[in-house]
Order: sequence, then structure tokens, then C-alpha cells
Amino acid sequence: MTRPAGRRLLIAVPAWNEEATVGEVVRELHEFVPGADVLVIDDGSIDATAQVARSAGAKVVVLPFNVGVGGAMRTAFLHADRCHYDAVVQVDADGQHDPASVKLLLDELDVASVVVGSRFAGQRAHQVRGPRRWAMKLLSVALSRVAGTPLSDTTSGFRAADRKAIKLFARHYPAEYLGDTIDSLVIAARAGLTIREVPVEMRLRQGGRPSHAPIKATLYLGRSVLALGVALTRRRSATGEPE
Amino acid sequence: MTTDHPSALGLGAALVTTIFVVELLRRGILREKFAALWLIVSASVLVMAVFPRLVRWLAEAVGVQVPANLLFFLTAILLLLVSVQLSYEVSRLEVRTRRLAEEIALLREEVRVLQDR
Repeated sequence: MTRPAGRRLLIAVPAWNEEATVGEVVRELHEFVPGADVLVIDDGSIDATAQVARSAGAKVVVLPFNVGVGGAMRTAFLHADRCHYDAVVQVDADGQHDPASVKLLLDELDVASVVVGSRFAGQRAHQVRGPRRWAMKLLSVALSRVAGTPLSDTTSGFRAADRKAIKLFARHYPAEYLGDTIDSLVIAARAGLTIREVPVEMRLRQGGRPSHAPIKATLYLGRSVLALGVALTRRRSATGEPE
Repeated sequence: MTTDHPSALGLGAALVTTIFVVELLRRGILREKFAALWLIVSASVLVMAVFPRLVRWLAEAVGVQVPANLLFFLTAILLLLVSVQLSYEVSRLEVRTRRLAEEIALLREEVRVLQDR
């Protein structure tokens, strides 16, 4: 790894009622990525997420109510921008992202501004079926074209952003559901940032439950299409922020 | 059927609306951008109540056979526009509220750190 010694790294962990897992995630991050600051964004949790994260050694910011992953991440980018961090890595609080893979994303930041950790680019494919699969396929094809690089796992919440991307996202990070993953890629691509994907292994969630219900999956497909449509037809990256 | 005589019902409705809107505006409850719209609406209702002939002429001019239908049509359009405007305003407020929430979260942590010193 050829990285300037002074690179300051912020690991952002959006967490909503993840008291069962967030402590372990923070400890592992400290262990596998020494030198990085870990910021847990407590997105209006009603459980002990904030306390658990804090006692595990993370810096914690508490949102007064639930604003969604997009809003939580914008908070993180805002903080990263103001405190002059050089890179932000987003890691889920449920433990499905392997802290050891953080450095895979970081390495790729040398050639890209936004790096997405993909479940599907790897050897062991993740089993997804039905409407959810179609949604993912559609998003993958459309966003790969927009980004000019193959993207197989567009809704992955395991990402890294460099200084340029931090600056952009601190101002324009979509807070809409699914917007945070889909729209942010479009915004980054439109702003001329380089996007790359790296394969990562996902672990089983340590807590929470994955959503597999068919109705939910269909709804997900609909919302993806809507989010994609909105993102692609918008002229500028105006994320509803009247400035 | 539309007569050419001023209608008491329309007149009353227009007056009540106007007084109500002006009062809200005076008390500082209603912002000007919303008040302007309702003032224009009540003014037009007032005009139509005083000169019902206007509605008939207008209906003939645009080819609506029953003048009342023209009124219904215009009302529907107006209400549609108003609700779109309200959705827009609510969305904007939501974005700003979120933004403030994010800002508060960061500030609260800063305050906590400062207090612990």
C-alpha cells in the first residue's frame, strides 16, 4: 500500500437500532483499520445504539429523529468535510461488511473517487431471486452505463469516498430511500468523479433480519425504478436543496 | 341555471373568505405567498358573484354549455394546483428539517466533547 502517511480516514457507520451488533463492528474496525476514526451516526435509534457505540470507542453523533441512511451519511460527509478527512468509508452497523475488506476499498481509492464494495463481483455469488433480482439487474445495467464502469452491486452500502467525493456529498447527498445508493452514484458520475467496484465478501448479518418477502421485493423493484428514473432525468445534481 | 342577478350565496362566500384571509394575514399566521393566492381567489369569486353575466360570457367564449360546469372545472384545476403547491412546500420543509437535524446531531456531539473537557 503506497499511501501518504498523513491520510486521515473516517469510517462512517450509519446505525438505526443496532445495539446488538454495533459494538462489535466498532471494535473490529479499530482492530483491522488502526489509525482510522470511527464515527457512528445514530439515526434516531430508540435502543442503546449510541451508548454501546460510544463505549466501544467510537465517536457518536445522534440524530434527533430517523432520517434514513442517506441523511445519516450526509451528516458523516458534512463532518468529514469540515474536519478535513481525506477519505470516508461507509460500513453497515449490522456486521455484514467485513472490516478486513476496508483496505481493499481504500487501495482502490488511489485510482477512483468513489469505490463500491460488491457482493457479486466476487467468486461466491450471493443468492438473490425474483423481483429483487430484476431490480438489481436493471440498476446494474443502467448505472454501469452512467458510471462508465461495470457495477454489479449498486445498492451496496459498503463504499469509500475520497476528498473530492466528500466535498460533493457533503453538499449533495440524496436522503431519499434508495437514493442514497443509486442517486449518489449518478451524482458522482455526473460530477465527473471516477467510480470503481471491488469484490468483497459479505458475512451473514449478525443481527437484524434480511427482507425477503415477495411483496416487499416488488415494492423494492418499483422504488428502484422510480429512484433511477428520477436520478437519470434530473438535469443537475439538485438534491432538493434550495440554496 | 345562471341568472344575471348577483348571487347572495356567492357574495357571502367571497366576503367571508376575504375577511378570513385578511384576518389570518393580519395576525401573521398566513405567509404572504399563500395569502396572495386566496385573496385572488376570493376576489374572483366576488367579481363573479356581482356580475354573473361574466361567467356566462366566459362559458360561451370557451364553448362550455352549462356555465356552472365552467366554474366546477376551474375550481378543480385551482384545487389541484394548490395541493401540488402544498406538496412542494412540505417537501421543501422536510429537506430543511432533515438538514437541521443533521446539523444538530453534529453540534450536540461538539458540545458534549467541549463539556467533557
